[in-house]
Amino acid sequence: MSRNRASPLMLWVTLLGALALAIVPLPTAAEPFRPPFLTMAVIYWTMMWPRLCGLLTAFIAGLLLDVLHGNLLGQHALALVVVSFLTLRFHLQIRNFPLWQLTAAATLLMAIDTFFVFWSDGIAGDPTGGLARWATVLAGAVAWAPAMALLDNLRLRSENRSKRFS
Amino acid sequence: MALSTPDSEPRLFSGPAPGLRLVVLVALAIVLMVFDHRDQHLARIRSYLAAALYPLQEAVDAPSTAGRWLTEKLTARDRLIEENAGLKRELLLERGQLQRMAALEAENARMRALLDSTAKVGDKALIAEILSVDMDRLRHRVVLNRGGRDGVFVGQAIIDARGVVGQVTRDRGNSSEALLITDPDHAVPVEIVRNGLRSIALGTGDLERLSLPFLARNSDVKAGDLLVSSGLGGSFPAGYPVATVQDVRGDSGEPFLVVTARPTAALDRIREVLLVQPPPAEVAAPPDDSPLPPPPPAASRSGQPAAPSPPAATTAPAPATSRPAAAPAAAPAAAPATPPAAGPEE
Repeated sequence: MSRNRASPLMLWVTLLGALALAIVPLPTAAEPFRPPFLTMAVIYWTMMWPRLCGLLTAFIAGLLLDVLHGNLLGQHALALVVVSFLTLRFHLQIRNFPLWQLTAAATLLMAIDTFFVFWSDGIAGDPTGGLARWATVLAGAVAWAPAMALLDNLRLRSENRSKRFS
Repeated sequence: MALSTPDSEPRLFSGPAPGLRLVVLVALAIVLMVFDHRDQHLARIRSYLAAALYPLQEAVDAPSTAGRWLTEKLTARDRLIEENAGLKRELLLERGQLQRMAALEAENARMRALLDSTAKVGDKALIAEILSVDMDRLRHRVVLNRGGRDGVFVGQAIIDARGVVGQVTRDRGNSSEALLITDPDHAVPVEIVRNGLRSIALGTGDLERLSLPFLARNSDVKAGDLLVSSGLGGSFPAGYPVATVQDVRGDSGEPFLVVTARPTAALDRIREVLLVQPPPAEVAAPPDDSPLPPPPPAASRSGQPAAPSPPAATTAPAPATSRPAAAPAAAPAAAPATPPAAGPEE
C-alpha cells in the first residue's frame, strides 16, 4: 500500500506550482479564461491522497492565494475548504469515475468554488464581475483532463519512489 | 451518506471528523474575512505571509526580467549609441523646459506668498518597478518591488512619465501593493486644465477608461480636455496629468453628463514608476481639524499599526474612503485647503 508512505513533498510542490500559475501574467483578453489551477490541484489531491491533503491543506493554500491576489483574507480559504470537504466526502466514488464523469464532477466542484468567492465578494461589496467570472470554470473544465494526466504522472512517480526507498 | 467503506474510514482521519473540521475552518475563514474587511487588524499577518510569498512572485516575474535583460544584452552597439543620442536630445529638451519651469515655480512661490497661501515645494520621488505578476482579475492591483523599508507608505501616489498611475494600498516591508486609478474602487480628484473645473475621476475596471459621473449637464467639458490631479483630498499631489476626456454624452432628462476619459499613463504596459513624496507642507490638509498650527510632520497616525512610515506619511485615506473624502471637490471653490504654513523647505 504505497499511498501510506507517499511523501507530502510532491503535494506541496504542485500546490506551489498551481499558485505560481495563478499569478503568471496573461494578456488582458485571456485573463478571464485562466483555469482555477489551485482549485484543480486541491480537488485532485484530496481525491487521490485524502490522508495527506485535506481541509487544512486546502485552507492554507486558499489563504496563500488570497495573499497573492490581494483579496480579503479567507475568501479562497473558505471556498477551497468547502470544495475539499465535498471532494473528501465523495472521493471514493469520484475516483472511480470514467474521465468524462470525473471532469463533470470536477467542473461542478470548481463552480462551487467560484460561487463561494463570488458570494463573499458580493457581501464584501467588491466587484463581482458578472457572467465573465464563470469563464474560469469553463476553462477549468477544458484544462482538467490534461492537468489530471500530468498530476497522475507525478503522483505515480512519487508513490513508486517512496516504495523503492523505504 | 457517510464514508463507510471499511478500508478507508477508520484510518482516514486521525484528527476530528471532517464535518467538525469543516465547521471550524469555515468559521475561521469567515472570522478572518470579517476582520480583514472591517479594519486593519490583519495587516501584520498579511504582510508576513506576503513577505514569505514574495520569492514566488519574484520567480514568476523572473522570465520577463530575464527577457528584458537579454534584449538589452543582444541589442547591437550602434542601436544603443543611437538610442543614447536620442535620450540625450530628449534630456536637453526637457532640461530647457525645466529652466523655464524653475523660473515659473519661483514666480508662483512669490505670488503665493503674496496671497498668503502655501507654497508648493518640488516633490521628491522614489523609483520602483512593477512586478509582472497578475493579481485578482477583477481588481486593478499591482505589486511594486519597493516597500516600507525603502520609505514607501500607504497612500503614496504613483506616477509614471506620462501621468498618474495609482496609489499604494498595502505595505509589505520589502514590497508593496498598489491600486491603479482604473480600479472600480478608486477615485482621483481632478480638474480640467482648460478651465479649472473640478470633478472626480472614478475607475471603471477597464484599463483604458475612467468615468466622471458628477458633471452637470451644463458644465464645460469637451473631448480632448486634459484632466490633472487637483490635489484635493490630499492623496495625490496637484498638477499631474491623469486622463484626457474621450467622450461626452448628455441625454436630455439626465441630470449629469456621461463623461469617459482615457488615462494618460499607459497602465497596461508600464514597468518603472515613480513614487511621489508629497512635500511636508501639503501633507496635513484634510483630515486634520486644527487649522492654525503648522502640523508637525512627525505625528504618526495611531490607527495604522503596520506601517513604520516615514514622517510625511500622514494623510492617506484608504482608497475605498477616498471617494467620500474627495466628495466636496465637486463643489466649486474649496480653494485654500492647506493651512497657512508658509512652506518651510525641509
